[in-house]
Formats: sequence, structure tokens, C-alpha cells
Amino acid sequence: MRHLLSTKDMSRDDAITLLDIAEDMADVADREVKKLPTLRGKTVVNLFFEDSTRTRISFEAAAKRLSADVINFSAKGSSVSKGESLKDTAQTLAAMGADAVVIRHPASGAPHVLAESGWIDAGIINAGDGMHEHPTQALLDAFTIRRRLHQGGARGKGLDGVTVTIVGDILHSRVARSNVWLLTTLGAHVTFVAPPTLLPMDLTGWPAEVGFDLDAAIDSGPDVVMMLRIQLERMNAAFFPNSREYSRRWGLDDERFARLAPTSIVMHPGPMNRGLEISSAAADSAGSTVREQVANGVSVRMAALYLLLSGDREDS
Amino acid sequence: MSSERAASTRYLIRGATLPDGTGTDLVLADGRITELGSGLSSAGASVIDAAGLIALPGLVDLHTHLREPGFEQSETILTGSRAAAIGGFTSVFAMANTSPVQDTAGVVEQVLALGERAGYVTVQPIGAVTVGLAGERLAELGAMAASRARVRVFSDDGFCVSDPLLMRRALEYVKAFDGVVAQHAQEPRLTEKAQMNEGALSGELGLTGWPAVAEESIIARDVLLAEHVGSRLHVCHVSTAGSVDVIRWAKARGINVTAEATPHHLLLTEDLVVGYDARFKVNPPLRRREDVEALRAGLADGTIDIVATDHAPHPVESKDCEWDAAANGMVGLESALSVVHAAVVAGGQLDWSDIARVLSATPARIGRVNGQGQGLVVGAPAELTLYDPSASRVFDREDLAGKGVNSPYLTMTLPGRVHATFHRGYATVLDGMLRPIAEIAAHGENDRG
Ligand SMILES: [Zn+2]
Repeated sequence: MRHLLSTKDMSRDDAITLLDIAEDMADVADREVKKLPTLRGKTVVNLFFEDSTRTRISFEAAAKRLSADVINFSAKGSSVSKGESLKDTAQTLAAMGADAVVIRHPASGAPHVLAESGWIDAGIINAGDGMHEHPTQALLDAFTIRRRLHQGGARGKGLDGVTVTIVGDILHSRVARSNVWLLTTLGAHVTFVAPPTLLPMDLTGWPAEVGFDLDAAIDSGPDVVMMLRIQLERMNAAFFPNSREYSRRWGLDDERFARLAPTSIVMHPGPMNRGLEISSAAADSAGSTVREQVANGVSVRMAALYLLLSGDREDS
Repeated sequence: MSSERAASTRYLIRGATLPDGTGTDLVLADGRITELGSGLSSAGASVIDAAGLIALPGLVDLHTHLREPGFEQSETILTGSRAAAIGGFTSVFAMANTSPVQDTAGVVEQVLALGERAGYVTVQPIGAVTVGLAGERLAELGAMAASRARVRVFSDDGFCVSDPLLMRRALEYVKAFDGVVAQHAQEPRLTEKAQMNEGALSGELGLTGWPAVAEESIIARDVLLAEHVGSRLHVCHVSTAGSVDVIRWAKARGINVTAEATPHHLLLTEDLVVGYDARFKVNPPLRRREDVEALRAGLADGTIDIVATDHAPHPVESKDCEWDAAANGMVGLESALSVVHAAVVAGGQLDWSDIARVLSATPARIGRVNGQGQGLVVGAPAELTLYDPSASRVFDREDLAGKGVNSPYLTMTLPGRVHATFHRGYATVLDGMLRPIAEIAAHGENDRG
């Protein structure tokens, strides 16, 4: 794998290979010595133009468990915030000998530009770009669903026939975009539920059903309900009236949660707004995978770094 | 090329094909077309073999960003004039978004003078509608109209005159001196942070959408305002099928509106945004295939009156970055004729007479510029270009003559090539090459006496 930029162009075989390697990595996490020597001597740069402590420490833990050297390069307090260009930053990292760059950027497509530019030869992992994609989040979500459904027998399997309902701010969500492509590639059926203002105006070509009614979606008995974080600033831009109305219509509250089948999986990429898009009872229930998602994130990112940096790198 | 021939201002052009398809010789002398017909001879004239070349009246661009004063790192009046000449243009209208803004008589006269000094084309300044393009109060439109620059076209291009009352007043006021308001139609609230055409692709790429309705709603409002106050309105860079419909409706109703389409909106579509290559970032954005088809049909049936380049040079660093951070705009003067050739002539929707109309006669008439757009007739100013329609080339940086290299056509194969351009009777381009700066400046000085 040369780069990991999006899930849209990822094949089913490549996705399952990555998830299977993540299973191996998860096994390592259960051992007493959690470290592998695989990437000794490699340098991984976490290049974060946007604050995200969670994602950064997840990548950092993944790289360190594979014995790579990690450099954190964040916009806060660095030349990046003084207006240094992506190009100059990339050339600096190239000069430092970065083998992989994990990039989080507020502009959609920035990882793509970095990968195509010729400014740097390193493998690029997209750790979230604007409203575009967040592929490792979708991979850890798929990994989490697969493990819940198949436990020890997950290896080699897709998500065929699994129904996933993604609820909330689809319009601005890179998590929703990466998930719709990946989950569909793996055989799942995806439904979006959102206020019409928070859906892209034209969903032609997206492999998803669309609904506005969370109650109807709950009553259709989905295998997975994935709640997205809602940002309260959105109500100032007239996407919805206020948090009370949002919560009432599109929140997974106690009453809706109670109507889900006991086997249903409740997911959230975090950080959660408890009491807004998800109730505490739902978030802390046996069906919730919120904490597993965090742990699985490290395994999936180990797998991604492993595929990017071990063995021969070739254009994919 | 001998310097003697280059310095000559008497030319005999042999065997050219006129836009209507007939063959002719042309004699250019004393800055005018003095003879037309076959078998002409002219003692002492430089002879140009124009077999296989189309003679077009000098092209007139109603929408050019020359960047001077203020943004000379992007373009100067001289470099932009050279880009125009190599593209077959003999006149360009210089948009007002310079620094200082072209909102006073002093600034437009400065731009006019710099254009005269460069000498490659007639540089006709456009005046800002509002002070500093701020959209708050009218600039001194009358003073600019009465200045030596004789401004007739007023535009806040880059920004929309979105305040309906200000737009109404501007439309009314310019009637006093036969002016026209050229509107950059973009409803600002509907396009906050907009990055590309709004549709399925913008959703997938995670780029904030620029909806067609933001253009169409302003055009609808403006044609109704123009009707109400009986004024002349020009719509810049029409980009959507819906806009073409609105303008078609307005014309059928007798409203005095003209409209332009850019070469890039006639050829390119939004799919090019997929790789996040900022050379394809432009405002208004590249649209869908259906929009391109509607613009071509509108140009063919006269709903769209003209083609204008919206030539917008930027320094390399403004495009060598992530999409959101990149500047809007493309250079277009050097490629315009070839792109229009590819978009609407190759497929038979327009013929070369139509090209002479949409790229010379009509833009000159809309802009009320002297000495341009009078066609290839005896007595007309010698403003013409010789174009080789059978040529084909992979467009590359060598084909760009201005400072900007932000062309979306680099590496694309384009038809045709400008062989020669004549402005005020002297050659600015010969054998596909720009004539030297000093030679052209000397011509310009002679003309001014
Ligand atoms: Zn404009």
C-alpha cells in the first residue's frame, strides 16, 4: 500500500487484508510485551493542522508498538500556525527523513495533494481531511462491528447483509463518508438518518438509503446504530433550531435505545455529547462499542502503518 | 524575421480566408485596411503568405484581469498585453480589482496610459461600481466616464453588487453616459466558503458547494431591475443552464441584457476537481456537462452574446497548495481562441463568422471601445489576427506569454494557433512569435505622435 487516502477506492480484498492484520495486531495488545520490532528505524510523523488529541495519540501508540520513531508536528505553536505552507512543511518533513506522514487537515483533499505533489516521497495516511474522509476511523468501525458479530472467527469475513444506520450531521462528516464507502464495499447496507439540512443536497451515486425519521429507522431493527457528534455551532447557521429540538428528533435517547434489539450495536466515533445525540444509558450499555472503538483504533492504525511501511512499497 | 520587415507598417496579406469562407488579399497601411480583393500588390509592403489561414477581426476581451497597479507579481499591463496579443486579441478590458481599485479617474487614466505605453493591444479600463469594491457607496462613475479613459463598463467583478438598491442606482446612473453595469452574479450568503459546484460531486469530495441558484437568483433580480429602470445590464461569466434560461427569458421580454461565457466554462467540467488540483479552481466554478451544453447552445442561439476570458493570473504559490487555500482563477488569453475552437467550432455549433461576432464585434459594441470590432472592411482600423485552424498542439508553458502559469489546459491537446496579430496596422505577433517589447513600444509612440 503506497498511501491510505480514502476508503472510496479501497477494494474488498484490501480492506479484509487490513482488518485481518489488525486482528493480529490486537492479539499483540493482549500479550505481556505489547511491542513488535517491525518498524524499527522508520520515522512516522503525525502532522496535525487541526487539534485532535484522540486521533494523534492513537496513531502515536500504534507507531510506538511497532517500534517506529514518532515525531509530532502540530499546528499549535509551530511555524504552521504562522502561515507556513503545506508545501514548505512537507519539504521540511522530507528533509527530516519521514517514512510516513499521518496528516490531519481542515481542508478536504490536503492528504491527496501531499501524496500527488512530489514534495515528499513518504507514504501518506489521511487522519481526517475537512469534510472528505477519515479512512482509519471507518476501518476501526468495520473492525469493531466484525469482531462483535464474529468474535474469534472474524478473520477473512466481510460485513455481508449487516444493516448500519448512521445518524446525525452527514453533510459535514468525514466519518460518514469513509464509512459509507467501506461498509458498502464489505457488503453492509447503510442508511443515513439526518435533518434534511445536514445531508448533502445531492446523494446521487452514494450507496445509502436516506431517511429523516429516526423512530422509523429504529423500528426497522438495524444491526448497528452509529451516532455522529453534532456541533452546536451548526444551529447558528440555521441547520437546526436548537439543541432541544435536535435531541428530541435525532438523538438516541433512553426511549429509542430501549426499542433497539438487545443484540444491536451502538457506536459513536467520539467525543460524545451525552444527553444531546446520545443518552448515557445508550453510551454505557452492553451494546455500546464506544470504548472498544478506541482500543481497536490502535490495532487498525498499526495495521495501516505496517502495510504502508513494511516490505516493498509500490504504487497502488 | 528581418528587423526591417518587422518595423514595416505596410503589409500585404496574401490568400487569407475571411470568416465567411471567401478568399482575399488584404493591404494594411497607415493603420487601416486600405484594400481587399484578389491579386493585390503593394509596393514596399511586407508580404505575408496567409494560405490556409483565417483572417479574423482583432479579438476583443471584455473581461481581463491585468493586476496592475498593485499585484505586479501576478501580471503587469505589459505582460498581460503580450498574453493578449499572442492569443489574437487587439483589445482587452481591464477589470477594476487592482490596488488601488480602479474607482477614480486618476487610476483608470493610469491604466490607460500604461496600456498605451506597452502598445500590444488597446487596454480599455473598466471602472468599479462601488468605492473600493466594498459594495457600500457608488464610485465616481461620471468622473471615470468623462476621463481620458472614457470608461463605459462598470463592474465590481470579483464581488457581486448584491445590495439590490445599490444595483438599481448604478443601473440608473450609468444611463447618463451610455454606460453598462457588468455584474459578477453571485449571491454572497448562498456561497459562503464555497469551493466548487454544488452537487453530488461536491458532497463526495467534501468541498463546500457553490449552488447554481446563487448565480441564477442574482441574474433574475438584475434583469428585472434593468427592465424596471430601462438600463443596460451585462452579465459576466454565465456558468449554469438555469442562467441561460433566465437570460433567454429576459431577452424574449425585450430587456436590454447581454451576457458572456468564458472559454473554460464552454469546455471544462467539474469532474476535473476530483484530484484537488487547484489549477481547476475558478469562480464561478466549473459546472456539470449539462451546463456546458446549455452554454454552448446559448452561445449558438445568441442568448449568450460573447465569449470573454476572465483571464486571472496568479503567482505559483497561490495554486501550489491545498484546494481551500488556493486562489480562484485561470489564465485564458493565450488559449481562448483554441479553446473556443475546440468547444464550439469543431462540433459545428458556431462558424468563423460567429466567432468574429462573439469575440470581436459584439464585445467591442457592448464596451463602446473606439477603433475595435469594426470587422475586415476597407477603411476599418487594421485590427486583425491570422489564425491557423489546421494546427494542433499540446498546450504547454511555452504557449503562455503572461506571468501566470495557472492554465487548466497544460498537457491538453488544443486545435489551432495564432499565426499573426496586427494592432493599429503594426504586427504584434508574426510567425506565431511575439514581436519585441521595444519594437512595439516604438510603434505605439509613433502613433501617439
Ligand atoms: Zn467575476
